[in-house]
Parts: sequence; C-alpha cells; structure tokens
Amino acid sequence: MTTATPEPVPAVEVDVVSPDRREKVDKYGRPRRGRGSGNAGLGSRPGFLTYGLLAAFVIGGAYPLWWSYVVASGTNATRGETLPLIPGGNFLANAAQVLDAIPFWLALWNSIVISSTITISVVTFSTLAGYAFAKLRFRGRDGLMIFVIATMAIPTQLGIIPLFMVMRELGWTGEIGAVIVPTLVTAFGVFFMRQYLVDVIPDELIEAARVDGANQIRTFFHVALPAARPAMAILGLFTFMMAWTDYLWPLIVLSPTNPTLQTALSQLQSGYYIDYSIVLAGAVMATIPLLILFVVAGKQLISGIMAGAVKG
Amino acid sequence: MTSTLTPPTGTGSDGDDSRPPRASRLTWRQRISIFDVKASPYAYVAPFFLLFGLVGLFPLAYTFWVSLFDWDLLKGQGDFVGMENFWAILNDRFFWNSIRNTISIFLLSAIPQLAMALLLAYLLDQGLRAKTFWRMSILLPYVVTPVAVAIIFSSVFNEADGLVNNLLNLIGIPDQQWKHDTFLSHIAIASMVNWRWTGYNTLILLAAMQAVPRDLYESAAIDGAGAARRFFSVTIPSIRPTLIFVVITATIGGLQIFTEPRLFDVSNAGGIGGADRQFQTTVLFMWELAFFRRDFGEASAVAWLLFLLIVAFGLVNFLLSRRVATGDARGGRRAARRAARKGADA
Repeated sequence: MTTATPEPVPAVEVDVVSPDRREKVDKYGRPRRGRGSGNAGLGSRPGFLTYGLLAAFVIGGAYPLWWSYVVASGTNATRGETLPLIPGGNFLANAAQVLDAIPFWLALWNSIVISSTITISVVTFSTLAGYAFAKLRFRGRDGLMIFVIATMAIPTQLGIIPLFMVMRELGWTGEIGAVIVPTLVTAFGVFFMRQYLVDVIPDELIEAARVDGANQIRTFFHVALPAARPAMAILGLFTFMMAWTDYLWPLIVLSPTNPTLQTALSQLQSGYYIDYSIVLAGAVMATIPLLILFVVAGKQLISGIMAGAVKG
Repeated sequence: MTSTLTPPTGTGSDGDDSRPPRASRLTWRQRISIFDVKASPYAYVAPFFLLFGLVGLFPLAYTFWVSLFDWDLLKGQGDFVGMENFWAILNDRFFWNSIRNTISIFLLSAIPQLAMALLLAYLLDQGLRAKTFWRMSILLPYVVTPVAVAIIFSSVFNEADGLVNNLLNLIGIPDQQWKHDTFLSHIAIASMVNWRWTGYNTLILLAAMQAVPRDLYESAAIDGAGAARRFFSVTIPSIRPTLIFVVITATIGGLQIFTEPRLFDVSNAGGIGGADRQFQTTVLFMWELAFFRRDFGEASAVAWLLFLLIVAFGLVNFLLSRRVATGDARGGRRAARRAARKGADA
C-alpha cells in the first residue's frame, strides 16, 4: 500500500524524452499532477473510461443482491418482471413467513456460537504455534514448518466419511459440537501468523525479555501477543467467514431441527412449489449479518486479502 | 556395526561425565529456566499438531482404510474387498461424468474470472479517487455466502421467468434451458463462482500489481511502449507468481465445488446435480454415494481419487510456479527491456 508517494519527476521525463507519446498520455486532457500512483505510473489521472468501466462492474455486481431484496419485498410475481428496481412493501411479511418455515433464530444463534468458538480456537492456537515457528529455536522446527505448508493444500474436507462415523460413534450427530471440533485448527492459520510474526517482532526484543528474567510464557504474553494483534484480527475475520459459510459438513452432521444458518436457508428451497419471494427473503436475512460485518470491518478484510497476496 | 557404534557412545558418555558436575552447580531456578526454553516451543506447537492430526489427517488416512471394505452407512463395516471399490468407481460412468462436469465448471469459472480480475485490478491500479470505496464495492459479493448465492442465482436462472431469460427476451433471444442443458447449467454454476470470487481475486492481483516497481513502467514508456504493451510485457510477467498462486487456490477450491451445484436445482432433482446428473460434480457424487446410496466404501474410494487428482493438480502448479518464481524479477525486467527495445526499433 505504498502507492501514494508523490513522484512528479517521471512525468516530466516522459514529456521530454518521448514527445510522440505525449498525445497518448495526455489523451484524457488533464494536466499531469504527478500523484505517482497508477499502473501507467506516468502521472496521468485515470479518465472517464476507467471510472465508467469500474462503475459498470460494481453496478452489475451489486444488482443480483439488490434484485434479491426487490423480489423479497414483493410477491412471487415480482420475479417475473424484466428488470425490477423498486422494492415493494412486503419484506416484513415475507420475513415472517421465513421465520415460520425454518428455525431462523436458532440457526442464527448456532451459527454465531459455532463461528465464534472456531475463530477463538483457530486464532489462539495459530498465534501460539506461529510464534514458536517464527521466533523460537527448537529441534525439528523447519521440518515441521514444511509439514504445515504441505498440509495447507490438503483438502481435509475429503475426510468427512470417517469424521461422520466418529461423530455418530460419539453420539454427537445433531449437536453443534460436531461442527466445531473438526475445524478447531487450520494449517493456514499457523502459516499466516508465522509469516506475520517473523517480520514484526525483532529478535532483540525477545532476547531482552529473557535477560530481564521473563519466562517463555510471559514473553509470549508481553512481547508476542501485542505485536500479533493486527494479524490476529485479520485471521479471526477470515476464520469467522469460513466457518460461517461452511455448508457441506453441517449439512451432513446436523439435523434440520438444529441447523446452522446455511443449512436452514437451504431447507427453504426444498419442496415442489417454491415461493421465491420467501426464499429470497431468507437469503437476504441471512446476508444481513455479514453485510454488517463488512461495513464494520471491510477495510481490514481488504488489507487482509491484499497482505495475504504479497506474503503468500 | 558394534565397532562403529562404540566411539560415539564413548564420547557421549564423556560428555555425560562432564555434564553432571556443571549441572549440579545449576540452581533449581536455572534448571527450570533451561527446561522452559527447551520445552516451551513444543508446548506451543503441540495443540495444533495434535488437533490437526486428530481431526484433519487421521480422517483422511482412515478414508483409505474404509475404501478397502464393503462398508454400509447403517450396517457398518463388511468384508475386506481390497481395491474392488476403486475398480468399481473407475468403471462407473457417473464418476467420469462427475469429473467432466467438475473440470468443465472449473474452467468456465477460472478463466473468465482471472481475465476479469486482471482487468479490474488494472483499473484499480490507476491511482483512483476514493480507492477504498471502489475496493469495497468490488468485494461486496464476497460477503454473500455460497448458499445464499446459489439460492439467488437459482432464481436468476429460472427457466420460466428468471431474470436472465427475461433480459435475453428483451433483446430477442428466446428462453434458454439453464437447468436442463448440460453446458448452459455449467455456465450458470460457474457464474455463481465468478460472481462471488472475482472481487476477492482482483484485490490479490491488485496487491501484486502495486508491488511492481514503477520505474519499469517508466523505462518502458520512455522507449515508446503504449499502455497495452506495458500491461502485457511488464505487468503480467511481474505478477506471474501471484497469478499462479491465484490459480492454485482456485484449483483446490474449484475441484471441491459442492454447494452451488447442490442447490442450483433442488426442486427437479433432489439436489444431486440435475435430473440427468448434467451438473453433478465429484464431491456431490461422493455425497450421493455415501448418504443416499449408503455406500461408504465406494464413496471413500471417490474421496481418495479426488484427493489424488487435487494433489496432482497442486504439484504441477507448484513446480510450474517455482520455475517461474525463480526467474521472476529478472523476467519482469527482461520483458520490460524487450518491450522497450521493440518500441525503440519501431
């Protein structure tokens, strides 16, 4: 995110060296202000075309969601309209029907409990292990780290059959514990925290803590944890999203009477006659919690995705 | 053997001889401290490895064990049948059908998505005003869960009066069979994946583009490379490692696609991927085998075959990316220079 550094010089260089390019660069008819960012990198401000294309993409991307709300606030006939734009007044009535059809509040509560527990667990264990891998020396460290990286690519989701057998053996099927336990740790989490902590904590700091007589766990709490906080927030956000959106495993191990939000939502669609205004009302209701999360933590989400790209 | 073993033991005992006197001089406190330094790292990584082994690796390995037996969902473990489940699956046309569908949907989602994400990342890399607004807007579909996406798009692609057919009618194209036609249903399912993930991948590519040294563009521009030329000869080679990273993650996820085909047309086919299995993916096939046909043995064989396929895809990608990544920075510069030279020649 180092785009904002002003670099007026290159613009001048381009002007001088290749005058024949000037028309092309100047096509947008603006004096170069040398804000220095931009792929063109040549100080030109993005023109109408750039904003127009982006706006088209954004509107196209947002419309299916808006359309869902319009249909959800209308009647089943609204869906037949060619390009409905204005919401009707039926959303609350349709929402009430959703509440009748599926145990929405129970599902919401289950999803919150499951996602929060998984998030806390993944972040805690990943921070501990990531710190050890980043900053402590121990025999077998590199070998174990390679193991972690290798397992990141392993689709553990394919182990659902034995997992189901174990849960049935334990009598956990139908309980939300059965959804929580298989995702208590992730290899990605450990890798992510390790990559972050290896750069942000200076070795001298840990050395200093030890010289001052702090034992390992004290050092962890007073040196590593404060430094790890931003990465923990991002990892937590992604883990929460992952747990919240999971569908296959909850579908297998939970019953329709004790569902997560995702499995409950999918129940709305079964049956031969589908009233889409009610189904879509359910989809909109289920999206609202994540929309709130997005508004509150969207910036962290973006920086997390972009940081992951550079590191990964 | 014994003669070679003796000397080390000797030196070892020497060491041991010299250690106790020193150790005895250590106070309790110091000894605890040494133990603390030596053992703590293991204590920190142990929870991860224990839990991951228990709930991640063990089930995967045990899947192979199950695949060697007749194993019914209700009746449990039956006779040992060796590789028979694997042969049965490899001769099952529904298995190959599911592999074809999975790869077709994967290609239909990965390629347009990557192209679109590249274009969007390029646009976002232009020093926009209100860049946070644009980035958040691009990412918006990502917060809609796959189940909600499947429900929304199942309705959008409704054959009788869905949004897509309505819009097609508007420009004079008759209704299309989005749910019954094999290829069209693949396009519809791929569009769900594209809709949700394009913004996400755009941001990853944008981050990589921002890391490209600006002087590369400048020198290319000085030598007369136009915007398109700079994009293909400077940007693309410079971000190639990230591109491949995106492709790998898309592959691992794409080959396991389940939610979207499962919920695309529930009313007509009970959610097993279409009346003629025209969009049944491999995970969906595995799920049907295990929980509808109750055949855990064959379902486990499918899981392992898919696992091998994913590992193979991943390995190829990894080798590819390593080769490209090593020559990366130089490659970028070389490409820039080449572009510059071409420009100068012209």
